[in-house]
Amino acid sequence: MSDVLSLIIAKYNYWLYVILMMIGLYGMIAKNNLIKKVVGMNIFQTAIILFYVSIGYKTNASIPIITTADTAHGVVVRAADYINPLTSCLMLTAIVVSVATFGYAMALAVRIYQRYQTLEEDELRMRLSEE
Amino acid sequence: MENYPALIVVAPFITGLLAGLFVWIEKRLSYPIVLTGLFVSALSAIQVLIRVIGSGPIQYKLGGWSPPIGIEYRIDLLNAMVLCLVSGVAFLNLIASYKSALKEIGDRASSYFTVYNLFITGLLGVTITGDLFNLYVLIEITSLTSYAQVAMGDRDRGPLASLNYIFIGVIGASFYLLGVGYLYMYTGSLNMADVAVLIKGSQGSSTVLTAFILCILGIWIKMALFPFHVWLPNAYTYSPVIFSRVVAPLMTKVMVYIMIRLMITVFGYDYIFNTLHLSEAVVWLATIAVLAGGVMALAQKNLKKMLTYIIVSEIGYMVGGAWMGNQLGMTGAILHIFNDALMTFALFLAVGNMVYRIEKVDITDLKGLFGKMPWTMGGFVLAAFSIIGVPPTCGFFSKWYLILGALEKGAYHFAAALIVSSLICAVLFFKVFEICFFESGSHGHEHSSHGPAVIEEAPVSMLVISGLVSLSLIVAGCYSGTIVNTIILPFLK
Repeated sequence: MSDVLSLIIAKYNYWLYVILMMIGLYGMIAKNNLIKKVVGMNIFQTAIILFYVSIGYKTNASIPIITTADTAHGVVVRAADYINPLTSCLMLTAIVVSVATFGYAMALAVRIYQRYQTLEEDELRMRLSEE
Repeated sequence: MENYPALIVVAPFITGLLAGLFVWIEKRLSYPIVLTGLFVSALSAIQVLIRVIGSGPIQYKLGGWSPPIGIEYRIDLLNAMVLCLVSGVAFLNLIASYKSALKEIGDRASSYFTVYNLFITGLLGVTITGDLFNLYVLIEITSLTSYAQVAMGDRDRGPLASLNYIFIGVIGASFYLLGVGYLYMYTGSLNMADVAVLIKGSQGSSTVLTAFILCILGIWIKMALFPFHVWLPNAYTYSPVIFSRVVAPLMTKVMVYIMIRLMITVFGYDYIFNTLHLSEAVVWLATIAVLAGGVMALAQKNLKKMLTYIIVSEIGYMVGGAWMGNQLGMTGAILHIFNDALMTFALFLAVGNMVYRIEKVDITDLKGLFGKMPWTMGGFVLAAFSIIGVPPTCGFFSKWYLILGALEKGAYHFAAALIVSSLICAVLFFKVFEICFFESGSHGHEHSSHGPAVIEEAPVSMLVISGLVSLSLIVAGCYSGTIVNTIILPFLK
């Protein structure tokens, strides 16, 4: 039991991202309302962003800004003192993508609502099969 | 001259954005601008292909940063072929579909061209890049622009089809991104060639295994392999003609290309076939995909939707061939990327011509069409023969390689599925031919010329391209030996 517990605590960031991802996936699959599905999608994407940011983290490391300007003259920069900035940088792009997708999906939801006066998926399906 | 690889991607990108600006200044200019961009891109792609055939793979360092820190474009024979295919199809389609875009999208057409070019930029970038994260970003550019274009089609169904496409597309791309994350954790690199070197010899690592499963699963969702295909038929059916003509031949084929690239360049043959032994299971999955696509196509009443299910079936061909684990199967899969893009393009060009005149292409609406649109139907028949796999057309040759590969491996179920699928396609298309040829329209020939709903041949610009592409199916069939010997076999060595 304590083994499992220590495993969970030692790798809690992965557990968190998996739980968030499953919440998002559940929202996208099980919810009936289109807006709730879109929000689920956003949670799903955010989970992956958090995963990336967490893998760049190092214990006892600081932000990756090197204050000593004269690194060429003998001051050694140790990589272990700074967190990995690359993963956070990559996620800037992913955030842009997720914002764009989210905004566009919302716009589509508005279009659908204007056309059918509903956002519930089962009602939409009924309306579509009537036509 | 050094910068051809960059030009392939940058030309459609810049001209697309310029065209967007010109919507406010002078609307009529945006179409020629976009067309020029695609033309430059297609010419550069051909240049690059010639150079790659002549002197081997090209590495292009973006901004002068050398890999693994910078992003590099790495072009070998497979890339170069797919690049020519994508830029060529995009360019021809823009000429062929100009009138239908004006008719369907109306005054928004000039701003639509921006989205069109960004979509092509995404596809070209996905094909050319040698960087895993860059690939993800470009997949998302491709997807976002295609969501937008789907919604521009059918006013009632378009937005809903697009939203469902978004949900599944996001799951697929996110899985891929997660897989790349695991690869980065293990290797600390994002460059494909670099990652391949670093994971060599770590056969047992569960991180690499997770990365592999997530990446491949993500790409399968994006390519609409059978159990994940649900979004494809609606999205392609309800989109405007200009878009369905370019997305049907290119999107799934480029995704198959990515899968082959991940298999060969990143994870390596040895890992997939000797360590994981996945070949059997995936070939079974592909067999089911081939059959399921065909059976679902049989149930459709709308011609466009029927063709989208045939695409689902064709994806099974390529996945099965690629996972066969022998050279013949892979040759067949790569040749089929090329041939299937051409065949689907020819089919959708012909269907687009019909939509231009008839609007709603339920199969029963097509009565007597041979008499009214003889040239369009001629193109349609050639393309249909190629899908069925009648010998002089190119569809036959790739199917031949796939069947040979399956027999060599002993995967008789896959070979049988290919033959059954050919039969199903034959049944499908001859049903359409019968209605078009033997049953005359409800008004009969002599009356139809007086009524308001006269169906006549499509405009010349649409017809010429459609005819040329259909004829190229036979040309590609005759030269398929050359394609295999100069491009595919040297690539697989």
